[in-house]
Amino acid sequence: MRLVEIEDLHVSFSQHDGLVQAVRGVSFGLDSGESLGIVGESGSGKSVTCAALLRLLREPPAKITAKTLSLSGHSVLGISNRAISTLRGRVAAMVFQDPMTSLDPVFTIGHQIAETILAHRKVTKREALAQAVELLRRVEIKNPGAVTNYYPHQLSGGMLQRAMIAMALSCEPDVLIADEPTTALDVTIQAQILQLIKDIQAETGMGLIMITHDLGVIAETVDRVVVMYGGKVMETGPVEAIFSAPLHPYTRALLNSVPGQTAGKQRLVEIAGSSPNPSHPPAGCPFHPRCPLAVAECRQTAPPLETKAAGRQAACIRVAAEMVAA
Amino acid sequence: MTAAALELRQVTKRFGDQAAVDRVDLVVPHNKVVALVGESGSGKTTTGLLALRLLAANGGQILLDGQDLTPLSQKALKPFRRQMQVVFQDSYASLDPMMTLGEIIAEPLGIHGLFTAAERRDQARRWLEKVGLDAGYATRYPHELSGGQRQRVAVARALILGPSVLVADEPTSALDVSVKAQIVNLLQDLQADMGLSILFISHDLSVVRSLADEVVVMLRGRVVERAPTDMIFAGARHPYTRALLDAVPVLDPKARRRRSFMSAEEISARTPRYRAAELETQPLVDTAEPQLVALAGSHFVEAIVTG
Repeated sequence: MRLVEIEDLHVSFSQHDGLVQAVRGVSFGLDSGESLGIVGESGSGKSVTCAALLRLLREPPAKITAKTLSLSGHSVLGISNRAISTLRGRVAAMVFQDPMTSLDPVFTIGHQIAETILAHRKVTKREALAQAVELLRRVEIKNPGAVTNYYPHQLSGGMLQRAMIAMALSCEPDVLIADEPTTALDVTIQAQILQLIKDIQAETGMGLIMITHDLGVIAETVDRVVVMYGGKVMETGPVEAIFSAPLHPYTRALLNSVPGQTAGKQRLVEIAGSSPNPSHPPAGCPFHPRCPLAVAECRQTAPPLETKAAGRQAACIRVAAEMVAA
Repeated sequence: MTAAALELRQVTKRFGDQAAVDRVDLVVPHNKVVALVGESGSGKTTTGLLALRLLAANGGQILLDGQDLTPLSQKALKPFRRQMQVVFQDSYASLDPMMTLGEIIAEPLGIHGLFTAAERRDQARRWLEKVGLDAGYATRYPHELSGGQRQRVAVARALILGPSVLVADEPTSALDVSVKAQIVNLLQDLQADMGLSILFISHDLSVVRSLADEVVVMLRGRVVERAPTDMIFAGARHPYTRALLDAVPVLDPKARRRRSFMSAEEISARTPRYRAAELETQPLVDTAEPQLVALAGSHFVEAIVTG
């Protein structure tokens, strides 16, 4: 089943000094049981894309348009707040980077998980609390009964993120969207949380969208990858292909710039310049000002996302030309 | 033997009953980059602040080019501050939003009463160019810059006094991947040009691998391992160092594997054990408490030593 369908999504924000074009024509989908990574740097539009999918953006200032924007076959375009809130949690649930700001400091962990359950299911408060304990056990919290009585400040960052995942799982969503879930965590805790997310996905068969700036997290967790830059999709494909033979010059540059890939003190391969300003994106391909392969046409027309090989798409006119040349 | 650029000897800092930094020994040789790595709560940032004397230690000595800074008053320290500068992670918080970039970069010169105002302005413009920005940025403000550009300004401000030691506390952690490489390269270039010695505090082992000559690993306020960078990555001896390295995501989807995770107790239980005869230096024997011992090749590890 198609869990997520996004076709030609545009998201902009009106500000006093003009329009910020955060997402400019993004399309991708997610099938059940599939895991998809969205990788990009700050301002690439990766988080805004998923926030638009769950209609988490305040409209206005946000303006969302798309040919298709749907969750498990339900269109989320132009539907009421009430209709979207029944889809959130049950069809798609989200885990954010900073659990401390997602949780309410004055209520216990158990209360907050139970509240989510009560909002979606006809159960008593006692049953909801019992389910909260079970959920905490499922995210491998050692003494789940005691932890239900804790307040957020009493838990470590890793434990809080486990609690957030428990909350996201409480309504057995078809798809879990994790937005930089491990970015604020120590590396050893990150490894544990990523393992937990993978295990739960394998166990439940839910779909997973992992949003991250970290190529290592992508390599470790997902089947398929969407690479975003400047509000657009640069490349999509199976994770192994993306890492072993990236098509788009941006993907290649990004992979090359990751430090510590080989032993020894050395200069890194940098990408000159900086990411495009979303208020004034460059004409043509958003990567052209930093691209070593850019030609005149790249500066004028934004290349469409085209199939370049089986299961692989890239938005670059230079990819095909270069492959023919090679 | 010439003195190290920066040396910490048995430095301790307690907050209440807790030792945040516990008898730490650290050496940054001249013209080298030493990385101080560890997770949150390891004491690495506190160690950096102690080295800079931005925080007073409860015990131990801090030596800058052989000179013991510990007994000096803040006033007596001032000339030494020129030789030791710092760059922090969050350039948004560390650059005054009301000052132009030129004023920010030139400010340390003013504080130390160096040059005329016009000369200071010229120097600031020269430093903007040295860190890869246009001299015209001198009249702009921090909010007009990207994160990477702000970090360049922070580097210029730190280096304008020509220090011999730079403490860099997670200078690349808030930056995007493509910009991170730019700042790492900038630090490398300036280090080579100026003969800088850098204490590079970071949780990012990938950056450390490309930048550092030597790595010091901290865990709960203690140094548990210290060795040349290649030796840490190829032959770490302490179970915590191994756990840290093992947790780093691998950039190859084909190399995915299930990891096993150790609790703090399991790590303690696996503290390496050596017999005194196996070691390079003669340690205390049969103490129950682990101690930092010397192995071959400037490799130090916290271990329990038996006779």
